[in-house]
Amino acid sequence: MRALNANLENVSRRGFLKGLLATGGLVVAAEFVPARGALAAYATGAAKMTGGVVSDPHVFIAIDPSGLVTIVAHRAEMGTGSRTSLPMAVADELEADWSRVKVVQSPGDEQKYGNQNTDGSRSMRHFIQPMRQCGAAMRQMLETAAAQRWNVNVAEVQAQNHEIIHKPSGRKLGYGDLAAAAGALPTPPADQIKLKDEAQFRYLGKGNVQIVDLFDITTGRAVYGIDIELPGLKYAVIARPPVMGGKLASYDAAAAMKVPGVEKIVVIEGTPPPSKFQPVGGVAVVARNTWAALKGRDALIVHWDDGPHASYDSAAYRAQLEETSRKPGKVVRNEGDADKALSEAAKTITAEYYIPHLPHATMEPPSATARVANGKCEAWAATQSPGTTRTELADKLGLKPEDVTVNVTLLGGGFGRKSKPDYVLEAALLSRETGGAPVKVVWTREDDLHNDYLHTVSAERIEAGLDAQGRVVAWRHRSVAPTIRATFVPDPKFEQPGEISQGLIDVPFAIANLRCEVGEAEAHTRIGWFRSVSNIPHAFAVQSFVAELARAAQRDPKDMLIELLGPARKVHPPAEYTNYDEPLET
Amino acid sequence: MVKLRVNGQEQSFDGDPSMPLLWYLRDELGLTGTKYGCGAALCGACTVHIDGEAARACITAVSDVGGRSVITIEGLDPQGNHPVQKAWRALNVPQCGYCQAGQIMQAAALLASNKNPSEDEINSAMSGNICRCGCYQRITAAIKAAATGA
Repeated sequence: MRALNANLENVSRRGFLKGLLATGGLVVAAEFVPARGALAAYATGAAKMTGGVVSDPHVFIAIDPSGLVTIVAHRAEMGTGSRTSLPMAVADELEADWSRVKVVQSPGDEQKYGNQNTDGSRSMRHFIQPMRQCGAAMRQMLETAAAQRWNVNVAEVQAQNHEIIHKPSGRKLGYGDLAAAAGALPTPPADQIKLKDEAQFRYLGKGNVQIVDLFDITTGRAVYGIDIELPGLKYAVIARPPVMGGKLASYDAAAAMKVPGVEKIVVIEGTPPPSKFQPVGGVAVVARNTWAALKGRDALIVHWDDGPHASYDSAAYRAQLEETSRKPGKVVRNEGDADKALSEAAKTITAEYYIPHLPHATMEPPSATARVANGKCEAWAATQSPGTTRTELADKLGLKPEDVTVNVTLLGGGFGRKSKPDYVLEAALLSRETGGAPVKVVWTREDDLHNDYLHTVSAERIEAGLDAQGRVVAWRHRSVAPTIRATFVPDPKFEQPGEISQGLIDVPFAIANLRCEVGEAEAHTRIGWFRSVSNIPHAFAVQSFVAELARAAQRDPKDMLIELLGPARKVHPPAEYTNYDEPLET
Repeated sequence: MVKLRVNGQEQSFDGDPSMPLLWYLRDELGLTGTKYGCGAALCGACTVHIDGEAARACITAVSDVGGRSVITIEGLDPQGNHPVQKAWRALNVPQCGYCQAGQIMQAAALLASNKNPSEDEINSAMSGNICRCGCYQRITAAIKAAATGA
């Protein structure tokens, strides 16, 4: 926790962000100066996640006799660059020459590699330190191996740009020469691993490394989930129920089967809500190419039993949520007496914001290929969460996790959609029903929009009381939205701690009378997290409202925001506050 | 039977002539560099060249390209060193990369017909190519760099 206790008046922007991410007390600081010194050890929430943290160089680094260093990328790449930057952190500490580094993508195996759920913007936050430790440990092992080879004290040798140098004599050994000996050494204990000083970095922060897939992306060779090709591959699209919880009533596939190239029609059983990561079910058309599958699906006649959510009317639902937001709700933060202060204010201003359903609309729609045969499953998927995908596949197919392999492709965008492996389960079920042939499931753009785990709609109502000088003395924010948890448990009714902690109860304003409330809302669609999650409605409403306050007071919005932030201090949100289980400073 | 040329090679196809060029390239020829994004010419991810002009493969039937020449991202330059590709790499344009083949093909077609486009001409030519990561400023800069050789 050392790095978190940043001095309030002398906090770097990095330190500031770190404080935001990892402490319950939000640091509000007026000025930033550059950070100094090496990155200190800090705790993260990674340890609480499936698989935790692994930083063993025997797992992540392989060096062959030619000196080629292979580094494992265990997190999914969807455009953030972590497939490059985490191996780069390894290479930097390893003193490896980046031009002699090859990056390979690990399959889903959280026991071996640690947590792989590439979600919540946590790849660098959680893994830069373990990856640095990993590279540094291997550097020290190479140094030890060289010292043993030369029969000298290890203090006399130093790793430098893919070589170990004996400083007194100037002798050198390449990493390839030492690979076998170093690889046979035990990993040094964590407290003996010496990280570099920042001044010694070769790559981190230098801007001199390009993403590893750059050439392949610009030449069309990069492989995404939708690009998998295998001998005997079959292509499938699925007619899915248009309403959450809807079931197949009847279907007629006679015309579909007449489409040249269509080979098989498969009914996929859906799971009633809350359906978690399970397929929503439907009628799949398996064909020799994507176009035949699409034409076959168009020719299907399907009747659905829409179920209880058939009555969902988004206009009526909006009116209902807005009505709820105009009444007192469940109090989730309460300081002073907002009701009284509002009634006594010189002026009150109220605004309501409605945030629509947001589909993830990744450029690459969900797509996966699977082959289920001989008691084993191999999948290739654009997935943010290969570990979860593996366990879900094992559960669905009744296999042991060790008999399930999940290969991770590049992702054409993720945004949280590709953390939910329903589409990979679809591919596996279809392969099993097609005699073990590999089957690729393609979601069309329409499928993506119709059956997404939509980011929720939300009604946000904020009321503020201003005194005679135009200063905000009261703040009451009501948020009414169905919760993501509705995708996992029956009828949870209210936004959950993880949601209200994103832009609602953690509002950092210095207002004496401040109250946050949430209202009940039932879910009628599959709801999922979309990057930045509940900050989307909450922060949008808060920031828009401050701009409206400024306009009403004829003041500059920036000045208004700074005034609302108040003096430099630590802000302590209520006990419910949580930030992805990151450790909180108390 | 449809006969056409793809990346310089003669091809003939006796399947469904209404199959979009996109799926023909991807599923039949294994040229997966051309991407599916929408199937309705709304995003530009499937952009290829047909007789040198940028076209959306997702709404172009194979039968429409009989006797014509199709170039995909794989065939833009044998070594992947078309000036647009080089500029893309020099300026680190891509993030997730999924739309980039379409962006590059659109940009290459623009520069083939207009050696030194203005920013407005670039924006106009590229307006149908969506990038969900938001790499637009780098895309524009890379097209300018490719045009000037900078």
